[in-house]
Amino acid sequence: MKQNRKKARNKRHPLEKYLRMERIPHIWCPGCGIGTVINAFCTAVMELEAEGKIEQKKIAVVSGIGCSGRAAGYLRFDSFHTTHGGALPFAAGLKLANPELTVVVISGDGDIVAIGGNHLIHAARRNVDFNVICINNFIYGMTGGQVAPTTPLGARSSTTPYGNYEIPFNLPHLAASAGAVYVARWTTLHARRLKDSMKEALLKRGFCFIEAISPCPTVFIRRNRLGSGIEVMRMFAKRAVVEKNPDPNRADIDLRRDEPIICGKFVDIERPNFLDLLAQQARRS
Amino acid sequence: MSEPAVAPGEYFWQGDIAVAEGAIAAGCRFFAGYPITPASEVAERIAARMPLVGGVAVQMENEIASVIAIIGACWGGKKAMTATSGPGLSLMQEGIGLAVMMEAPCVIVDVQRGGPSTGLPTMWSQADVMQARWGSHGDYELIAIAPSSPQEAFDFMIDAFNYAELWRVPVIVLTDGIVGHMTEKVVVPPPDEIAKRIVERRYTTLPPEEYLPYHLDDGEWVPPMVKAGDGYFIHTTGLTHDERGYPDMSAEAQDWLVRRLVNKIRKNAEKICRYELFAPTGEKVNSTNEIDADVCVVTFGVTSRLAVPAMVEATKRGLRVAHLRLVTVWPFPEWVIRDLAQRVAGFCVVEMNLGQLVYEVERCAGGKARTVLCGHAGGGLYKLDSMLEAIMSAAGVATKGDTPCAQL
Repeated sequence: MKQNRKKARNKRHPLEKYLRMERIPHIWCPGCGIGTVINAFCTAVMELEAEGKIEQKKIAVVSGIGCSGRAAGYLRFDSFHTTHGGALPFAAGLKLANPELTVVVISGDGDIVAIGGNHLIHAARRNVDFNVICINNFIYGMTGGQVAPTTPLGARSSTTPYGNYEIPFNLPHLAASAGAVYVARWTTLHARRLKDSMKEALLKRGFCFIEAISPCPTVFIRRNRLGSGIEVMRMFAKRAVVEKNPDPNRADIDLRRDEPIICGKFVDIERPNFLDLLAQQARRS
Repeated sequence: MSEPAVAPGEYFWQGDIAVAEGAIAAGCRFFAGYPITPASEVAERIAARMPLVGGVAVQMENEIASVIAIIGACWGGKKAMTATSGPGLSLMQEGIGLAVMMEAPCVIVDVQRGGPSTGLPTMWSQADVMQARWGSHGDYELIAIAPSSPQEAFDFMIDAFNYAELWRVPVIVLTDGIVGHMTEKVVVPPPDEIAKRIVERRYTTLPPEEYLPYHLDDGEWVPPMVKAGDGYFIHTTGLTHDERGYPDMSAEAQDWLVRRLVNKIRKNAEKICRYELFAPTGEKVNSTNEIDADVCVVTFGVTSRLAVPAMVEATKRGLRVAHLRLVTVWPFPEWVIRDLAQRVAGFCVVEMNLGQLVYEVERCAGGKARTVLCGHAGGGLYKLDSMLEAIMSAAGVATKGDTPCAQL
């Protein structure tokens, strides 16, 4: 018995090499989905490393500000914690300066779509070769639950106490319209599928966008009386509809309504990417 | 990729072109910018030149993206810059703070125009001099350098990149609509001569397991860098951090970090500051000890040239006029003003704004010498008479305006 405990202590988790263990415990709340996304990301990298397709030291992770923005601080890659909304242009600069890198932005919906919204559509349009993992919890968590551009119409937030009166963005539709070559959505219940999407995106050239629907039990879920973190996972299980190449136009989402949550891979196309076009232009110069 | 980065020779170049060429000569291989008058020519020249020297020039969606992209490129291992004017510099301020906090060496060119707001897009001013220093929130120090001609625009770009690498700070090149758009002779020296002037980035020699990104050895002010992809798994953040680069939300960490960021410039101001001092004879002197004058005219950038006719005229009228021309505006050479205040009756600060750097001069003069502003709202040129009058009143021989804000 004692022997076994000792063994267990010495045995390291296979994902530890991708985490800054000295920074654990993290700041995320019980029931929050961000940890699941981080787990999926680390597993995706681990599997690709095992397949010899990627190298940990050639991956850079960039985050902005917010709960999800803390991801860069826990991940053992070259990791950059930038300004609010600044993750995408930082990632673009990093990738263009050193094209050998695989650059991944992990950040939240407020960071990427509100304050960084302009950068999002232009990075997608230019098709700069990096990945965006947008953890969507429909709210500003870190600052205490203010309305976000993803908050459903009518939902409660600390700045919409009588219900949100703004129409939210449908993120897969936005990313696809702006020109992303890969667009997928999964909930944090779909940890394996989320991981598989990340693997595809890590290997794909061009601007890839993955939305991870994540419960925020502390503010969004509580304010909108959707139960506990585990109840939201049950709700995901009941309502998520996994489709083959769904139309992003139909991907509107409102956790409070008994409607299907459309998940899957919306876009997987080829389009000339920024670096190739730049190289072509340089040859003409 | 068919052109040398440095093509020696004599050219007839606009200041903005000289900025672009100076940057490329300095080894800049990443540019991100957004069109803005009167700085667009910098981006245009760089867009034409970068592909030929193996660099990347990208037009971003705005100035916020531009400044953040150059910080990213910097961690990607490139020397990087952006160029803008007043409204763009305003948008860049948050990013400048990030560069300060991450200690990302980069260069930001501000071709100053008349403000506030959209102001005078096609015309000049020097009204961003305080914003260059204080624009981002929080306590910090950076370096700003002000060229007064296309030749200096070329040369100072090399200096700006050197400062950025040596001190790991964002460096602001404060040029203006006059210098940016004037065309003059620029001499580009041979590549080997330029190579001798260039400071390369200092990378760590330690293996990853021993390296801490913000650890300083004794007597060191600036930690060595690494770049992404080299296996160091570095973390860097805009948050207050410890020597590992990890967030540390304590008053102790804040004090340790911010004090060092400020002191690395402040305590080394004598090494960083560059200025030119001229005795009343017009002779360039090395020390304030050699100054014996009635008045000292203080200028930077374009006013270093604009003030000359009035200084000549004042000399004709019997005044002994010394001239302090600041090459680096920030950090401010406080000790020079303090010394000079013992040796002259007054300072006349000629700046194309309604009183910014004059406050620094007045502060350092500490009541020992009169301080007079010779200001201008921008977009035009000084009248000789009014500048002469300001110089005379600084010397105490005219009465008009003896406080910074009270005149012109």
